[in-house]
Amino acid sequence: MSTQPGLNTAPEHPYGMNLSLGHIMNRRESMRLGLFGTAGLLCAGNVVGSATPVANAGTTPAIKAKAKSVIQIFLWGGMSHIDTWDPKPDAGYDYMGDFRKAIPTNVDGIQLGELFPNMAKQADKFSLIRSMTHRNNGHETAAYLMQTAHAPGERLAYPSVGAVFSHFKSPGYKGLIPPYVVLTQPQGRFSEEGFLGPRMKPFATGGDPNAARFEVEGVISRGITDARQLARRDLLKKMDTMGAAMAASPQIAASEEAKKQAYELILGQGRDVFDLSKEKPELRDRYGRHTFGQDCLAARRMVEAGVPYVVINYPGGWDTHSNHFSTMRRQCPQLDQGIAMLLQDLHDHGLLESTIVWCCGEFGRGPKVDWQPPWNGGRNHYGNVFTSLVAGGGFRGGHIVGSSDKRAEEVQDRPVYPVDLLGSIYALSGIDTKARLPHPMGTEAYVLPSAAEGAKSGGLLTEIM
Amino acid sequence: MSRTLHHLCLIWGVLTLTHGLQGEQKPRVSLDVELNVFESAVAPAPVEPIDKLVAANFATLGIRPILCSDAVFVRRVYLDVIGTLPTVEEARNFINDPDVANKRRLLIDRLLERDEFADFWAMRWGDALRIKAEFPVNLWPNAAQAYHRWVRASITSNKPYDQFARELLTSSGSNFRVGPVNFYRAIQNRTPKGIAGAVAVTLMGTRTDSWPKVKLEGMAAFFSQIGYKPTNEWKEEHVFWDPLGTSTTAGNTAPGRAAISPPPPPPAPKPDDKSPPAPPPAATPTPPPAVAPAPTPALVRPRSAIFPDGRKIELSSDRDPREVFAEWLLAPKNPWFARSLVNRYWAWIFGRGIIHEPDDIRPDNPPSNPALLAYLERELVVSHYDMKHLIKVILNSQVYQFSSTPRFKMPKAEANFASYPLRRMDAEVLIDALNRITGSTDLYTSAIPEPFTYIPEDQPAIALPDGSITSPFLALFGRSARATGLFRERDNKTLPAQWLHLLNSSSIQRKMEQSAKLKSLLDPSRKESEIIDDLYLTILSRFPTSDEVKIIGTYGLAKPGKPAPPAKPAAPGQPAAANKPVPVPPIIVKRREDWLDLAWSLINSTEFIYLH
Repeated sequence: MSTQPGLNTAPEHPYGMNLSLGHIMNRRESMRLGLFGTAGLLCAGNVVGSATPVANAGTTPAIKAKAKSVIQIFLWGGMSHIDTWDPKPDAGYDYMGDFRKAIPTNVDGIQLGELFPNMAKQADKFSLIRSMTHRNNGHETAAYLMQTAHAPGERLAYPSVGAVFSHFKSPGYKGLIPPYVVLTQPQGRFSEEGFLGPRMKPFATGGDPNAARFEVEGVISRGITDARQLARRDLLKKMDTMGAAMAASPQIAASEEAKKQAYELILGQGRDVFDLSKEKPELRDRYGRHTFGQDCLAARRMVEAGVPYVVINYPGGWDTHSNHFSTMRRQCPQLDQGIAMLLQDLHDHGLLESTIVWCCGEFGRGPKVDWQPPWNGGRNHYGNVFTSLVAGGGFRGGHIVGSSDKRAEEVQDRPVYPVDLLGSIYALSGIDTKARLPHPMGTEAYVLPSAAEGAKSGGLLTEIM
Repeated sequence: MSRTLHHLCLIWGVLTLTHGLQGEQKPRVSLDVELNVFESAVAPAPVEPIDKLVAANFATLGIRPILCSDAVFVRRVYLDVIGTLPTVEEARNFINDPDVANKRRLLIDRLLERDEFADFWAMRWGDALRIKAEFPVNLWPNAAQAYHRWVRASITSNKPYDQFARELLTSSGSNFRVGPVNFYRAIQNRTPKGIAGAVAVTLMGTRTDSWPKVKLEGMAAFFSQIGYKPTNEWKEEHVFWDPLGTSTTAGNTAPGRAAISPPPPPPAPKPDDKSPPAPPPAATPTPPPAVAPAPTPALVRPRSAIFPDGRKIELSSDRDPREVFAEWLLAPKNPWFARSLVNRYWAWIFGRGIIHEPDDIRPDNPPSNPALLAYLERELVVSHYDMKHLIKVILNSQVYQFSSTPRFKMPKAEANFASYPLRRMDAEVLIDALNRITGSTDLYTSAIPEPFTYIPEDQPAIALPDGSITSPFLALFGRSARATGLFRERDNKTLPAQWLHLLNSSSIQRKMEQSAKLKSLLDPSRKESEIIDDLYLTILSRFPTSDEVKIIGTYGLAKPGKPAPPAKPAAPGQPAAANKPVPVPPIIVKRREDWLDLAWSLINSTEFIYLH
């Protein structure tokens, strides 16, 4: 457990480390006192309040690095917030559309949309940030913002949060599985390594964990038995005339070492992590026999194996300009089942305390339904306000951070910007957000942008850390 | 380690060639080591100036280099000149060609005329010139295509390098129609200083990061009058000499940026904004707010400039300062221009510059062989900047034809080019080779911007015009991001994930199993020795050694051998004991999958993956 020297000794740091302890305690107290009743839902954010910086930061609390791993569930396309985790039952049909009900959870005062009954039973394990904002409505630019916290158009291709983890965690990581894994397909250029180079690229598994056999690309090969793998590995060794003649070359030695690592996955213990048949069928059922549910199970197994950063790209899009309500009816129950079981199972394995789970898309969706053709009941991109889920690894569950206004159109209270969310994840993972990243041209580049670069911040999520 | 040594001895000791060296009758190497299949028995005899200059260092270092075999040469020169594997016939004909005295030179001449030569060298220049439609340099697809077309046409016509550079530096016109104007657009930092930095890296082989401020500002002045203005066509932009700054707006340091997309106004702090106020700037004093920060751009523009050699010049109002700079740079005596080009070409061919890295020329990074560099510079200038001539001079040297097998301590030998440096194939070359062997194709797309770009199926990766057009394979194997144009942006180190892909991915497996080309090659009705020869020629561009043939002989399904049928029925009266069966060796049956495993092992061999 290391603390954050960089943050600790830098009271001028712009990301809201400057809360006084007393201030937080008061906020926490007020939450315990149950000031958010059901009726008080809309003003809940008022109570949790904004992390107003205090000029004199002598009492800056140290943030303990509790998280060893991160599971990021990315909802590409931008999931609607009003239909899911920020319901506004009083906003009326033009806003709520088909899903007009909000359901209670196992935490007093927290309600979810009606499609999330399983998560409602786990609300004590996660917190919702209902005041995420960046006001960017382009898929790629918004995804870039949510993955890097850097403003698009800075003319530097910053690495995504997973690649940053890969960069900082690789040196101490001795696992067989690459440090940054994506289930199952990569997200495109803005989830990648940026200027850090191909070494920090995510390992995308490919395959389908819900299939009879999870054929992880490069690891599990269809139709090639272990006997044949062994035989041809042996053949390769014998036939590698030049490799033998050049064994003295440091380059060849490095390449052979890389090959050895690959074979640890192909024929060694590494591949067992991907073998979901080692889990009880009942447990697999509880995750849901669909790709997303089994993605979640695979993610838990990787966290158990020590992988620092796992991304689940939701197998399906949330860009519901049209067919919105039917898509939500199809996908939300799977999302609900997978996340709820993932949190429960991490908890059961004693991993939740050391594993951050976070989930959101690149933005939310317009809270006002587009009834007119050609959308016929769709929702548009919406970056003004949306909801993000965080759990575990030092994030306390059962809380709501910030709030949107009564129609989920704007931040009502306590804006949370990408730097705040990613900054909190980095802080809990022991990554110094002011650390410099290596750039090939020697250009100065840091994990997070500074306020001087114009990055907006509402402060770290200290109220739930 | 002892195992490795044992292995080495085994190979050098027992190795005999089934084909190859028989035609070579030059003076033989007298060595205390036995040659391997990659080495030639011909002793190197420095004839060409390059060879003499390089050999001068060998005596003091105690290095005795060895030339490469014809089989190694044919593969090497194809991959280095046209980025493409030789076909079976090309490899076979070259190896068997008895014209030992001339065949290497003639092959070089032929390859320089191939279409793939232009593709491959345009790819290399595309890295240096940052030809990429989107991110982080934003050229836009039409402009990237125009830029690439110009580069490729320049290579095809063997445009003299000084003319090539002059066009890059001084062209004006539309980004869609005048390819080289995109040089000034393919720069992340489009300020005069940023442009000066890009010119220095690209055409002078040097980095301005550590230059004194005055030096950089002095050079930047030459690029302070470049204008960019949009037209009515979507994303079209004119680059031109704009002495009056008509295309810039006040307060905008990047010339013309405002003309393309006006920067968003700084967000006014809202009273209800709860975010913490930005900390005050540490040291920079706040300018007095009373002064209006809106000088006329023309007034700000420097009236004088300083060449990187320190000479100062007044900029006249009737001459484009880009031309003034070009005139200085392209002068035959210029210390940067020819030097950076010959060093860059050397690095492209050898994977290592005489000054290394090739874009880091500075006084405290001396050339490993100054005389060699000076010779090549002279050769380029005297030949009127003939780039093909330069390539010929290098490739026809024995230095280029040294073997890769290390027989001496590595570091010094490497910097002195005593062996051909081993390096992994470029991403594009590797996938093209795999596709050529299996007769398959890859899909190359650019998802940005919409509408998505799709490339015809049969186009090789080396011919892709635009760095935004890509595939997962190219990204995995370290293709250049074309962000900075630096030599090291291309990453050819071998990573575990790359091995997973080559050894065991469904993509490579599919290519092999569904390959009609391999199927006909592995046709069971063919003679086994023919199949093996063709596999080797297809994948490794050489014939197999007798050792390899032996190993192959043992791979496959072992079936118990049938006892030989008795020649004739036992004569009556002979004792039955005479018919006692003798032990029979098992028969190795090669199924299709065994042949595929053999092909697989060649594809995953060091010899295939590495340039050697």
